[in-house]
Amino acid sequence: MSDLRELYQEVILDHNRKPRNFRKLDGANRHAEGYNPLCGDKVVVYLKVDGDVVTDVSFEGSGCAISTASASLMTESLKGKRVAEAEAVFDGFHKLVTGAPGADAAPLGKLAAFAGVSEFPVRVKCATLAWHTLHAALAGRADSVSTE
Amino acid sequence: MKPATSATRGGGGSAASGAATTGAAGSNTAASGAAKNSPATRPPFDVAAARADFPILAERIHGKPLVYLDNAATSQKPLAVIETLRNFYAHESANIHRGVHYLSAQATDAYERARATVQQFLGAADAREIVFVRNATEGINLVALSFVRRRVKSGDEILISAMEHHSNIVPWQMLCEETGAVLRVAPIDDAGDIPLADFERLIGPRTRFVSVAHMSNALGTINPAREIVEIAHRHGVPVLLDGAQAAPHIPIDVRALGCDFYVFSGHKVYGPTGIGALYGKAEHLEAMPPYQGGGDMILSVTFEKTTYNKIPHKFEAGTPNIAGTIGLAAALDYLRAFDAESLAAHEADVLAHATAAVSAIPGVRLIGTARRKASVLSFVLDGVHAHDIGTILDQEGIAVRAGHHCAQPVMQRYGVPATARASFGLYNTRGEADALALALRKVVEVFR
Repeated sequence: MSDLRELYQEVILDHNRKPRNFRKLDGANRHAEGYNPLCGDKVVVYLKVDGDVVTDVSFEGSGCAISTASASLMTESLKGKRVAEAEAVFDGFHKLVTGAPGADAAPLGKLAAFAGVSEFPVRVKCATLAWHTLHAALAGRADSVSTE
Repeated sequence: MKPATSATRGGGGSAASGAATTGAAGSNTAASGAAKNSPATRPPFDVAAARADFPILAERIHGKPLVYLDNAATSQKPLAVIETLRNFYAHESANIHRGVHYLSAQATDAYERARATVQQFLGAADAREIVFVRNATEGINLVALSFVRRRVKSGDEILISAMEHHSNIVPWQMLCEETGAVLRVAPIDDAGDIPLADFERLIGPRTRFVSVAHMSNALGTINPAREIVEIAHRHGVPVLLDGAQAAPHIPIDVRALGCDFYVFSGHKVYGPTGIGALYGKAEHLEAMPPYQGGGDMILSVTFEKTTYNKIPHKFEAGTPNIAGTIGLAAALDYLRAFDAESLAAHEADVLAHATAAVSAIPGVRLIGTARRKASVLSFVLDGVHAHDIGTILDQEGIAVRAGHHCAQPVMQRYGVPATARASFGLYNTRGEADALALALRKVVEVFR
């Protein structure tokens, strides 16, 4: 159970139960869809980008606890960030969940709760689906993102 | 729950025997044992002895004993199969149907004996009606391209059911796209049965082919295959039965079923991956053009004219999966050595026990509650995604499938993105069903 508690930390369970910013965003000027065909998880990420600042962000979709909590915490962590900063957070998050060398949880705040994912390689795609979708939305790509 | 018409799997004697012997592939212990077991003396299925035949069951996963409940995805292999493969490559390997040398003649014999074993397993009249393919999927594609394609024009219809695996959907969609034919889908009810009246209503003057699962991989439903074939035949429509899930659990008799085609995969019936079989009525196979061109499927080749080989060789272009074929026969011999009714009673008991134990957990909803079911227990748990269930069970050493089971339309039918699916094989026990239920209670605890 210790590995499991590592994975399913309280903050993750909480955001799974009560996802934040879980809605379609009125006035969004960017959005993208993400899809994991292996498990059927779907997410749509909506952004309001003003200049190079992400002024608002939300998501909709259905998925497992890891993907839902990841999307929810992502929306919280990005509001008010510059686009380049958002991409940097994604980079740090990706390193954390894949257990890449140089991964550092400290600057990630609440997102550090996902460190346990690196022990569960098959769940990395769950944790990163919303982030890849965010990346596509920031890049203005309209086609849907697939994990496969 | 056994169709009375099927006596294909009568048998007896130790299932563990025959391992590592050269002749295991072709020998048929089931036939000789059939007479010994009258119903009165039938012994109960000895699951402990059967488990000892499967070396992988001794593995530990995350420090826990493996509880393998993903048999609908693929089954584990008994020593009889593993040793047959090893023995073939160590002592018997050669190409078939061409060599004058000893090993080639031996390999050819073993390969063709395997065909006879499959013929007996399916209850086919003639070994020429058995075509070796990679798996059930390839069998369906072969029938779609070689049989149905010539029989459909724009506006004609192909009828499947709402519970099909993607492998019995996509080949027909591809054919429809190519020919302008229309795919019709017979609905299923909330329990996961095909109401036969609805099914019959969907057969019309333009229906050219019916293709349905004998048993559902996502729901566990055993379909009334004989009735489906009868209805279709009453309208003059030929039928393929997808037996990928049925083959390990239900005795099959293609003559009693009356189907025109039957397909199954070796790896789900305790055999190797990469080998399966297609049964087709000889009159159909004779009339069908080859599926692929190459060696072995020809009688003579000149640049002006090639003469195709006879059935079934016409459909087996290129060097086939020789070891896999012989391994498949070893698996079927292994399975047929058990008393069919005792084994079915054991499997039904474990499934009923698991169903009761899992249903008792608050928040569980079963997906697939047909009256006639085998092996499969699909469910969702309130507030917990199937993926999270799968991860937590895995930590307990329990292997289940979490996802759409290559049957996304079934998931849509029940309004769920995914289910968790435990699927039981001959070696699973009540104790393992209890372990599943206990682990699910841990899932509930984690997500409370």
